[in-house]
Amino acid sequence: MRIVAVWQDVVMNTLDQTTNEILQLAAAHFDVPREHLNAGDDFFKTLGINSLQALALLTRLEQHFHIELPDYELQGVSDFRTLAERIQSRL
Amino acid sequence: MNSFQGKTVSWRVSDGTIELSLNRVPCNEIGSDTLVELEKFTAELEALQHEAHALIISSARKEGFCAGADLRELYERSPALAPAQRVASVRDFLERIHRVMNALDAAPLVTIAAVHGVTFGGGFELALVCDLIIADRMARFCFPELRLGLIPAFGGIPRLRRDLGNAVIRDLLLTGRSINATKAHSIGLVSQVVGEGDALRVARTTASQIGKFDRQTAIAAKQFIKPIPHEELRHEIELFCDLFMRPAVEAGLRKFVQSTEALPYLP
Repeated sequence: MRIVAVWQDVVMNTLDQTTNEILQLAAAHFDVPREHLNAGDDFFKTLGINSLQALALLTRLEQHFHIELPDYELQGVSDFRTLAERIQSRL
Repeated sequence: MNSFQGKTVSWRVSDGTIELSLNRVPCNEIGSDTLVELEKFTAELEALQHEAHALIISSARKEGFCAGADLRELYERSPALAPAQRVASVRDFLERIHRVMNALDAAPLVTIAAVHGVTFGGGFELALVCDLIIADRMARFCFPELRLGLIPAFGGIPRLRRDLGNAVIRDLLLTGRSINATKAHSIGLVSQVVGEGDALRVARTTASQIGKFDRQTAIAAKQFIKPIPHEELRHEIELFCDLFMRPAVEAGLRKFVQSTEALPYLP
């Protein structure tokens, strides 16, 4: 049980960390204050971005996390937390 | 004329290099206006090539190099025409853009695409006619045509086949996914990945280096290593025209043009 609990902590921490890094990158890329962004936010609405700007964010995320994330994996994804889960699965 | 300022493109000759710059809102979509000015450019190339050893193609738009064909124009002119006229109109456009692309591909100059941001569809195909692609690290490449029920038709598939392995082409074409500059470099598509905002500067430096070599040798090497796949290019036009007449294409174009989705560029 303890091992499971510790493992869950690690996974949770890592997902939180990934989410936080995404929020920092998005804030820097779109020049908005980090404190204005939350994990559950719809990033299209909160950042006021279009599809081409979303692709620029995707490029930034791929570079930062050293992953490839096919853009069709983002279909239906609009909040930072779910985006973090998609990235997490490729780390 | 060794400089030109048009509605969608401009060019000038500087230090032995022709610089062709795309500049049409929002992201250099290639429609009739751009085609006419690119035709004007290729007509001038005969004279310009005596003043230069290299050609750089870049974009003045911050959004990217080029988002491809002007799908809105393609959609909006279609309903007014009978089916036979519609395909004839598309065929005429393709024949003309292919002549432009082939002229750029075969130009007796070393040609460099300096790309950043969106490099999609016809924009990707324009980059592929160049001898070298120098990519800003924020560049993205994509062939999204299959989501419209079409294939790339500005010479993209034959030129990808010339440069890359078949499995890579299937991935790009059949998934329609976009890839970043690092990935494009790793598969051999991009010559150099450079810092943000630095692609044009590096392209100029590269053109300057190329200018140190014997011009005739460079032309001979290019002709030897970079044959134009005329037969496949012809086949591509025929295939596109066949596909274009299907109802699914009009529906796909309408959906794209009228889309309010957050990610209309994604497959």
